[in-house]
Amino acid sequence: MPYQYLDDVATADIAFEAWGKTREDLFVSAADAVMNVMVEDLESIAAAHKRAISLQEETLEMLLFQFLQELVYYKDAEQLLLRVPKVAIRNQGGFLMLTAEARGEFLNPNKHRLNVDVKAVTMHRFKVTEERQGWKATVVLDI
Amino acid sequence: MAVPPEISKISDTVWELPVSFRQGMRVPARIYATEKLLKEMDETVFEQAANVAKLPGILKYAYCMPDGHWGYGFPIGGVAAMDAETGVISPGGIGFDINCGMRLVTTNLTYDQIRPHVAELVDRLFQRIPSGVGGKGFVKVSKNEFKRVVEEGAPWCVRNGYGWQEDLERTEEQGCMEGADAAKISEKAVERGYHQLGTLGSGNHYLEIQVAKPENIFNQELAAQFGITQPNQIVVMFHCGSRGFGHQVATDYLQIFLKVMESKYGLNVEDRELACAPFRSSEGQDYFAAMKCAVNMAFANRQVILHRIREVFSEVFGKTPQELGMHQVYDVAHNIAKLEEHVVDGKKRKVLVHRKGSTRAFAPGMKGIPEVYQRTGQPVIIGGSMETGSYLLAGVEGGRETFYSTAHGSGRTMSRHKAKTLFRGKDLLEKMRQRGIYVHAASYSGLAEEAGAAYKNIDDVINATEMAGISQRVVRFIPVGNVKG
Repeated sequence: MPYQYLDDVATADIAFEAWGKTREDLFVSAADAVMNVMVEDLESIAAAHKRAISLQEETLEMLLFQFLQELVYYKDAEQLLLRVPKVAIRNQGGFLMLTAEARGEFLNPNKHRLNVDVKAVTMHRFKVTEERQGWKATVVLDI
Repeated sequence: MAVPPEISKISDTVWELPVSFRQGMRVPARIYATEKLLKEMDETVFEQAANVAKLPGILKYAYCMPDGHWGYGFPIGGVAAMDAETGVISPGGIGFDINCGMRLVTTNLTYDQIRPHVAELVDRLFQRIPSGVGGKGFVKVSKNEFKRVVEEGAPWCVRNGYGWQEDLERTEEQGCMEGADAAKISEKAVERGYHQLGTLGSGNHYLEIQVAKPENIFNQELAAQFGITQPNQIVVMFHCGSRGFGHQVATDYLQIFLKVMESKYGLNVEDRELACAPFRSSEGQDYFAAMKCAVNMAFANRQVILHRIREVFSEVFGKTPQELGMHQVYDVAHNIAKLEEHVVDGKKRKVLVHRKGSTRAFAPGMKGIPEVYQRTGQPVIIGGSMETGSYLLAGVEGGRETFYSTAHGSGRTMSRHKAKTLFRGKDLLEKMRQRGIYVHAASYSGLAEEAGAAYKNIDDVINATEMAGISQRVVRFIPVGNVKG
């Protein structure tokens, strides 16, 4: 798994690190890390419905922040559990543009083993860095 | 875990970090804790309290309550009172779950009368009050009607048949914070929240059937005035908040504040979760009006849940809720900011008190508490871990030291991830059942994360607030049935 939950950060919440060879891979891993807090087995989420995600931000950090928020939004607004197989990020006119197609299905407690709800993505220690091996993000979720 | 050497002991339960602890601190930070609890706190609590002490307009001290632990921005258990004219408002000083809070209801049943029905009650409550990830509530409203709910709060519910007039009198702000303005909330917030009215949520949110054993009544007279009058009396306590709606309001304004904080107002903070704006600025006032909508949503949510609890008890015992003596004791927030009047250095001032994981604890005679509690002081409801117990306290005059604020719960000492690796939900459920606590949980792993051992000792926390003179113990409740979100 290209993400790992951290034991000793923000006691009542959940922190994770996610990685990717590219920025795009990192976003895909981080999305799974968020969803895996709520759903025990990500493989149990069938790709039955699609939602297009399109975002624009000035920084990569804010772009990831917004992107992860989308998953939390759909979970509440539509009861939709989503995974994002592919993300495209491009620079345009000083902005970073993200387009992605999220896929998933409606929450069903009989099918999906559920853990705890994610209330929000926090900005506490939120970080995206480029390292020798690729990209890494640190995120704290409010539970 | 290390307590910073710069800390000085003010009393057995008050510790102070001086302004010299970190550059930029405007006031000292004060930690309310016994030496034992202080030593158990993560180092980050001290750093976070120091960061709060740097916020413009902060008065007296940045406080941390005995249940304090590592949060985002503010520590959980954090209290900061800002000058209403020169100070800031910070969503991170309130939390994403705006008006996360507690409600307590009495019954006239005793443990012996309820014992054969605990499992049935818990199972029915679990069935009738949706909990866990996502979750649609049992009150269906349109998006437009939802906007009325968030402007009107619990009175909307009572008007629509969910509860009694007396419930409102016994709710902080009578269940509606004035000045809530739905024009200040996003459509996204409405979309996340409008079908969640009547849901418990997950994490540490729960609904418990508890018993007040005679040996756990610390003040007979106050207990009686709060409605705890007979040995082994059964009460119902629950903990939840403003759900996805409140979370989105906080998220929206966090981003707005991050954009204007530095460029427009020249404000710098140590942690982006401390993003803030001057309280009197347009952004500050917009957030305050939006926050009040979330506060009202939470009051409404707890109001409809109370109605459901009464229905379930009524069905199981074949009596009306009135016959079962199901009166609300009180409903109080522990994630909120409020404009209050306090005496600071001998002068009356309007202050904006942020309480994040801290409960307001007004003393007898203060404005803002119901007529029936004018002589007792405000009831303070403290939810403990699901295995150990919870408390009912009363506000006291000594609370003026902390802008009349006290603890809110046990406070975690172990991360969720660690708890999940140490405990198994199924085993925990079985062990709790053997010990006489019947649990029905939405998720086994969610249950494991809430194991009692992941929390501080609630008795230590509550004793510390009493020793410090900021609230007094009235009753300790033991859980016998638990619905875990």
